[in-house]
Parts: sequence; structure tokens; C-alpha cells
Amino acid sequence: MEKTWNNKAWFLVLPVLVLVAFSAAIPLMTVVNYSVQDTFGNNQFFWAGTDWFTEILHSPRFWDALLRNLIFSLVILAIEIPLGILIALNMPKKGLGVPVCLVLMALPLLIPWNVVGTIWQVFGRVDIGLLGHTLEALGIDYNYVQSPTAAWITVIVMDVWHWTSLVVLLCYAGLVSIPDAYYQAAKIDGASRWSVFRYIQLPKMNRVLLIAVLLRFMDSFMIYTEPFVVTGGGPGNSTTFLSIDLVKMAVGQFDLGPAAAMSIVYFLIILLLSWVFYTVMTSGDAQA
Amino acid sequence: MARIDLDHIRHAYGPRPTSAKDYALKEVHHEWNDGGAYALLGPSGCGKTTLLNIISGLVQPSEGRILFDGVDVTHLPTEKRNIAQVFQFPVIYDTMTVYDNLAFPLRNRHVPAAEIDRRVRDILEMIDLSHWADRKARGLTADQKQKISLGRGLVRNDVSAILFDEPLTVIDPHMKWVLRSQLKKLHRQFGFTMVYVTHDQTEALTFADKVVVMYDGEIVQIGTPAELFERPSHTFVGYFIGSPGMNVLPARVDGSQVTIGDQVLGLDHAPDIGSAAKVELGIRPEFVRLGREGMPVEIAKVEDIGRQKIVRARFAGQPLAIVVPEDGEIPTDARVRFDPAAISIYADSWRVGKEA
Repeated sequence: MEKTWNNKAWFLVLPVLVLVAFSAAIPLMTVVNYSVQDTFGNNQFFWAGTDWFTEILHSPRFWDALLRNLIFSLVILAIEIPLGILIALNMPKKGLGVPVCLVLMALPLLIPWNVVGTIWQVFGRVDIGLLGHTLEALGIDYNYVQSPTAAWITVIVMDVWHWTSLVVLLCYAGLVSIPDAYYQAAKIDGASRWSVFRYIQLPKMNRVLLIAVLLRFMDSFMIYTEPFVVTGGGPGNSTTFLSIDLVKMAVGQFDLGPAAAMSIVYFLIILLLSWVFYTVMTSGDAQA
Repeated sequence: MARIDLDHIRHAYGPRPTSAKDYALKEVHHEWNDGGAYALLGPSGCGKTTLLNIISGLVQPSEGRILFDGVDVTHLPTEKRNIAQVFQFPVIYDTMTVYDNLAFPLRNRHVPAAEIDRRVRDILEMIDLSHWADRKARGLTADQKQKISLGRGLVRNDVSAILFDEPLTVIDPHMKWVLRSQLKKLHRQFGFTMVYVTHDQTEALTFADKVVVMYDGEIVQIGTPAELFERPSHTFVGYFIGSPGMNVLPARVDGSQVTIGDQVLGLDHAPDIGSAAKVELGIRPEFVRLGREGMPVEIAKVEDIGRQKIVRARFAGQPLAIVVPEDGEIPTDARVRFDPAAISIYADSWRVGKEA
């Protein structure tokens, strides 16, 4: 059969193309433009070439923030993915418990990010916060304003609280799509609980897990609002992640050129790492 | 291999069944002989699969007991019952190779590796997938996947029984014949007890020694294919088995005389209809003789299906199907006669035999 070309289709995608152009392509081009120029205000620009990129790639400040961000993302993935799977496996599959669990799970996702930050900022305060005060009363030394460890733990726990639900909901959707016959066949084959997970549930969740890992990686790698609200990047620079550093540079110091160069590097890193995750996780499909 | 006794089994899916209507499976009390090949035949929703799942232990019956070789297994979980079951849609372990799929049930039961290898190779040979042994199961066609599912059941040669839940639905027609005859051969070779659920009468009749016909949660007749054809004990069996099904005509019985509309027939016996509210006469289309003598009929339509013709007619105001041989004559002023030996009388849908 011959393929028919329908040019009308282009009109239908046009609105999206225009939208993407204004929201992504044009701003990106502007950033590229800034990254190769220098300015002292007054709308005067001077050609800087690749100087800003060289500066960024040689700056320990950038590498430190990148390393912190990588560690943060890996810790987040290492906690949220297994925890999400575990919760999803234990959620009820039918009955009254289903809507209750789903609503409970969706709640953290409905709260705006800065509110999540504020909640935890207050929650963890040693003087008035329920968590901070309780821990202090128990004799545990916890103060996220002074101790980098406490600050890290706070940010990680907060992110886990906020985003594990997303992984749970995705995994749950994958799990309920498995027909009963698979579980029945597994019983007949004498499969152990672990085998059922390893050979039925995990393969069936493969797709949604890919999405969960990608979303959680990208989001955690771009995290800004919550640590900004809670720790402001401190104490010291201990929770200054890339995006916080970027905003400090662009808005705080008004170094538009270096900030633009850093944005591009940042963007390329996310793109590259996402591609790596995607390739690794889908490599199993290609063999089949 | 085992004899399976179903001792007054009843099952309802809802809690606290009160009336007979609440039961998906009304009372089933039956013994399945060791090494028998049974087909469970019936329309969708008649309780076939429920009964099968009760035997395999996937469903706990609301009432009654199940015994394997006299041992009560009612409360034993599926994995302890030593049963193999093949489902309607292929169940395969995507990430395993074809070989591992077949070896899986044996490995879970800690069969020695050499023995596993021998049995898996045998089955691979039988289902014609030897060349695919090391391939991931994910990429296979539905046919091949279902063959793996069958293979996983057959690989365990020590099972009490193998249960098949419409396993050939997704297989294409040519392959169906091949697999069905392979199953029959295996059954003869190993002699396992085999229960085969289907709604396809050809499949049931060619496959089984005994066919169990179910209707509305009840077993209505158990018999050989010939018995089901010649003496359907319930009008449903007459209607469900045979193509076209049995003609069932409302009738009035008076001693050995049957009246259908304005026609009167003489029987060679006087059926005991008791105080039945509904009396019917059943006759298979194959035993209605079309000719120039007998009772008048009005022919509506003739369907030529190759080896024979099916005549759709009206007899005493009722629809009547007649099977006429390929070269059989269809006279313009057609009349019919019923073969007296092939007439069954049904009182409230159940057959009243001559012996009664």
C-alpha cells in the first residue's frame, strides 16, 4: 500500500511547534547568545568566544556543585526506586483500600514545591519544629542550619517524602496491568515469592521503571526550590546544587555570560545522563 | 497420576450465598478416573473454569471436599497439589529463554540438573522449538508462546493431573490439529489424568474419552461422544452438541402417543412424564427423513454445506432442521418421518428414558 501524505497534519501540530519555539527553542538560543558574550549592563555586549566555557569547566566551584548534585541524585534514586517498588508491591489490588492508598500516595505530589520546602523548614527547626525539637529532646544532635550532615539528611528525607509517591504510582500502574493468569501459573510452577517478583513483576514493570528513573533523575538533578527554601544552599556550600549555584551566579552576581555557559553545560549533562539511563535500561529489549 | 473425587462441591463467588442462584457452581459430585481424558464442555460462564480452578486449588470451594487418590486436598494450596495447568492465554516468563521457561517448574521443585535437561530437551523436541531453546521467550509468536505454556505443563511427568483451560483458543487452526493429536498421543503414552475445558464441541469430542457437559453451573451429562449424540439426557446437551443441534419441539404425551401441534405420533413405549409442566420431543436433524410420505412440512430454506444439505423447515408451526445427504431429493410436496428409535422425550428438560 502506498503511503498517503497529508499536509493538513502540519497545521495541526503548528500550535505546539509555536509553543515549543517560544518556551524552549528561543530562550535556549538567547542563552547560547549570552554564553559567548560579556556585558556590563546598558545592553552593551562584547564578544567573549568560548572564554566562559573554559572558565566554567576550570572552576572548582562548578565541579563541586556537580559532584554534590550527582551524589544527591544517586542517593535519591537508590532510595526512592526500591522504596517505591516495595510500597507498590504491598498496596492492595482491590477493595476499599485502593482509593484510600491512591489518595494518600497522591497527596505529597499535590503540594507546591516551595510549600514542601517551608513545611520541612519549620518541621526541622530546633526551636519550634516538631521534628527538630523532638530530636533535640531525645538528645540527638540535629541542626540543619549548622551541620552539613543534618542539612543533607533533611534535604534527602524531604525529597523522598515528596517524590517516592510518584514512583509508587507508576509501579502500581505497572503491577495492576499483570493478568491474574501469570500469578496462577507461577503458583502451579511452584515459584517462590522472589521468583514471582524477579520473573513476572519486575519484567512487567520494566517500562514504568524506566520512566520513573528518568523522571526522578532529571528532577533531582535540577532540584532547586526545596533546598533553597530549607537550607539556602548552606551551611557553607554543603547543599549548593548546580541550579542553586546557577541562580546565585546569574541573579545574585549578575554574571550573565558565565551563568549562560554553565546553563548550557548543565543542560548537556542532563541530556547525556538521561540518554545513558535510557540506553542501558532499554538494552534488554533490543536483544529479544 | 491420580483419581480425583469431587465430593459435593459447591461454589459461590459472593459471601454468604442464600439461594441456588448465588452459586456459580451448583452441586458437583463426581469421580474422575485415574488416567482418564475428560473434556469439560459448555458455553461461556457455565462454571467450567471455576470447576477447573477448584481442582487445581486456585479457588477454594465454598462447600464440599476434593480428594486425590482418597487423600483430602481441599485445603492444600496449589503448589502442594502437584497439578499442572495450562491457561487460555499464553503465560511465559518474558526475560527467560525458552529453555529456562520449560525448566522453571522443575528447578523450583529441585529436580536434578541432568534430569531437567533430559526432560526439557524431550519437550522442546515435541513442541518443535528445539532451535529456539536459547532465544528469549519475549519475541515469540502467540502460537509459540502457547506451546511453551503447554510444555511447562507437560514437562512435569509426575503430576496428579494436567488441567487445560481452553488452551488452543489462540492457536491457528492447522496447529490446533497437530497439538491436539500430540496431546492425545502423550496421554496414551504417560496415562496422566487430563481435564480439558473447552466450548468447542469438535475439540471436546475428538479429544476426550468422556465428555462432561456443563450448563448453568451444573453437570448435565457425562458420557462418551456417541452417548451425548444419541441420547442427550438434557435438552441443552441436544442443542449444544451436534451441528445443527437437536430439534426440540413442545409436545403433549398421552400414553404412547405424542401430539405436536396438529400432528400425532406413535411411540414404541409409554414415557413416564410424571407431573412435568413442560414436555418436549427431541429428534436430531440426522434422524428426520424427508420424502413423499409422512407428516407435512413447509420448507423455508436449504443450506448446502458440501457433504450434506441442511433443510430449514416449519413443522406443525415449529422450526425444524433436517439433514439431507448431498444427493438427497427435496420433493416439492415434502413430508417427514421421524426415526422412532431416535426420538427422545423430555420432561422439564430432562430425558425420560424407555427404561423409566
